Amino acid sequence: MTLLAVERIKLFSTRSPWWCMALAMVITIGMAALISANTDDRFPLTVSVSQGFSNFGMVVIMVMAALAVTTEYRFGTIRATFLAVPGRVQALLAKTAVVALLAGVVGEAVAFGSWGIGTLIKPDADMAINSSAEWRNVAGTGLVFALAAVLAVAVGVLVRQTAGAVAILLVYTMLVESLIGLIPTLGQKIQRWLPFQNSTNFQTAGNESFMNETGGLDYPFGPWGSLVYFAAICVGLLVVALVVAKRRDA
Amino acid sequence: MTLLAVERIKLFSTRSPWWCMALAIALTVGMASLIAANTGDQFPLNVAVTQSFTDFGMVVIMVMAALAATTEYRFGTIRATFLAVPSRTGALVAKATVVALLAGVVGEVVAFGSWGISKLIKPNVDLAINSTAEWRNVAGTGLVFMIAALLAVAVGILIRQTAGAVAILLVYTMLVENLIGLIPTLGQKIQRWLPFMHANNFRTADGAPVTDGPGAGSQLDFPFGPWGSLAYFAAIGVGLLVVALVVAKRRDA
Amino acid sequence: MIEAAGLTKHYGTTVAVDDLSFTVEAGRVTGFLGPNGAGKSTTMRMILGLDTPNKGRALIDGKPYVELKRPLGTVGALLDAKWVHPNRSARSHLRWLAKSNHISYQRVDEVLEMVGLTAVAHRNAGGFSLGMAQRLGIAGALLGDPSVLLFDEPVNGLDPEGIVWIRQFMHRLAGEGRTVLVSSHLLSEMAQTAQDLIVIGRGKLIAQTSTDQFIKDATEDSVRVRSPHADKLRELLDGSAAVTDDAVDGALVVHGMDPASIGELAAANGVVLHELSPTRGSLEEAFMQLTKESVEYHGA
Repeated sequence: MTLLAVERIKLFSTRSPWWCMALAMVITIGMAALISANTDDRFPLTVSVSQGFSNFGMVVIMVMAALAVTTEYRFGTIRATFLAVPGRVQALLAKTAVVALLAGVVGEAVAFGSWGIGTLIKPDADMAINSSAEWRNVAGTGLVFALAAVLAVAVGVLVRQTAGAVAILLVYTMLVESLIGLIPTLGQKIQRWLPFQNSTNFQTAGNESFMNETGGLDYPFGPWGSLVYFAAICVGLLVVALVVAKRRDA
Repeated sequence: MTLLAVERIKLFSTRSPWWCMALAIALTVGMASLIAANTGDQFPLNVAVTQSFTDFGMVVIMVMAALAATTEYRFGTIRATFLAVPSRTGALVAKATVVALLAGVVGEVVAFGSWGISKLIKPNVDLAINSTAEWRNVAGTGLVFMIAALLAVAVGILIRQTAGAVAILLVYTMLVENLIGLIPTLGQKIQRWLPFMHANNFRTADGAPVTDGPGAGSQLDFPFGPWGSLAYFAAIGVGLLVVALVVAKRRDA
Repeated sequence: MIEAAGLTKHYGTTVAVDDLSFTVEAGRVTGFLGPNGAGKSTTMRMILGLDTPNKGRALIDGKPYVELKRPLGTVGALLDAKWVHPNRSARSHLRWLAKSNHISYQRVDEVLEMVGLTAVAHRNAGGFSLGMAQRLGIAGALLGDPSVLLFDEPVNGLDPEGIVWIRQFMHRLAGEGRTVLVSSHLLSEMAQTAQDLIVIGRGKLIAQTSTDQFIKDATEDSVRVRSPHADKLRELLDGSAAVTDDAVDGALVVHGMDPASIGELAAANGVVLHELSPTRGSLEEAFMQLTKESVEYHGA
């Protein structure tokens, strides 16, 4: 518990996490408002449509999570941390836990904020969260954000360098996974095993909307299986990162 | 010319530009070969298909361009630069020029490399570059990379901070421009004025439609033709650079 | 007490620290001396468990650093004053350190007071001058009231007032019975700060001795003598002392005989002396002499 408190103090005593959280929430919810306001008979507002921008929030939170590690390496405070807590695995686990928890909270705020502003703007639309698919789509966002943050922390520990870690995370998440689909036939076979395609499957499976991009892929798992698979990849990468950090000179 | 030489030396004497260039070329061309190898009757190979992965090269080069500016701020060498060359505009224009030229070269290498490797893998497919649309699609890549690099240098100068500049550039280019399309009706009206949509229009207009990913903007109702789109994209890139230069001139280094 | 036994660290084919063994006693300030690049920082990082030695080990009060339960309560270290987040306030920086080792926030305010940073504790550390950053680093080292303290080049870049302050501070800490290891590449600085010396060059131990002994061994006393009858004096001295000529002004430089004996010898033989002055070899010269072989980079 002490270590969690330490990492909480560290995270909240600098500005960038606040900026990232504010940006993730304000822009995502703001865009949800813009989307909701422009829905009409042709493009009807549904629960799923209100969540259309949540990926933006996720990548911003991934940047925050990676920064939580790379800034420690950049400013040498990681060494101060390892002097105060020589058990590196515990120190880094505590950091991961704090960052993931925060990401989860932001995810829920983003999801319910987007949904809430949609219901406010279009009170007549059917925005009740009834089915389990709809619950996954909204409440599942926090889980996905938390796991994505774990992955980002792992990449941060491995790369140690802000520019590299942020670029790898963003280019991979936003570009590589979708561009791979351009490989004829083989592309989709690969895509169905990619982590963020599976996290999208967890959130959007069974939710029909005019902006649903994930149809088409023949996933090896159902939505919850996809979540477990996504979690396994994130946690697996974290384990690798912890082993590397333990062996490496600080 | 001296200033250009100075910036060339600075750029090439650190490792990250080499890494970025190698990554941009190797991965893009490698993916092009993977795509070409997997084409068949159902998904035929053509000139446009060989170029599908070039956006990856572009974002990597944008990261390189932004780093060229932000690392100078991070390590304080920007002050050494301004001491050596008190005319800040001259120094920064030289930097932008060197980076843009390099980006242009990488763009051409990426484009013709992707095309060439596809030709090698599928020698029987007609990959002749005949129409102007096909020339734009391949040879135009260098121009797009150049302008994107200018824009990235401008953002780097304005933000001065690696994490911020890289995140803004990547999130904007790869995510925001696409997600805006999700706003019903209004989204596409906005998108037809967004810079990277125009970069795509320049390269893909009148060619084979790009089916997915960041190229999806080609279905937009653009206000300009392909060359007009390029001019518009260039105006935004250069405009942002001018803003950055003015800010850098006024600001304490 | 710090014990290093056979510490060895390679980086690729470069050997940074080579089979280094020494002990640092409590209650004294021990200087860790060597030219730049001699391996001082690497050694300190290995003592603190940040770098893993390829061979050998370092123990603090009989235990490796990583096995200490509340490390800040045993060891305080200032390796680099820049190891703080620039956008974090001095107090926040010390608070997270304190929290990690169950140290009260009251102690944070105490150490801030001790190093004279109370008034600026709320300010971001990024805006601190080097002297202030150094004081913040020392505050961090003192946080757990440790019995062992390590300082890596603490006076680098400090103004004279700051140097005196740190020097007195270290003497006080040693006076309280603590183990104090402080590195420097300046022998003149160490001569005024440290009671014991560990001298290394190219990662190897050159000497471990008291500072006085080191200076005595390293610098040789001699006497400058000028006389109109230099040749006669040279004959008289021959056999009982070594005599050389000063290249600049032709004075005799006598080794191995004290000024009084030389004066008496001259008077007994009616030799007029114009100058009779004892000289001491300079510390820096002696240090350069010792480490000449082991300096990593030479000027042209």
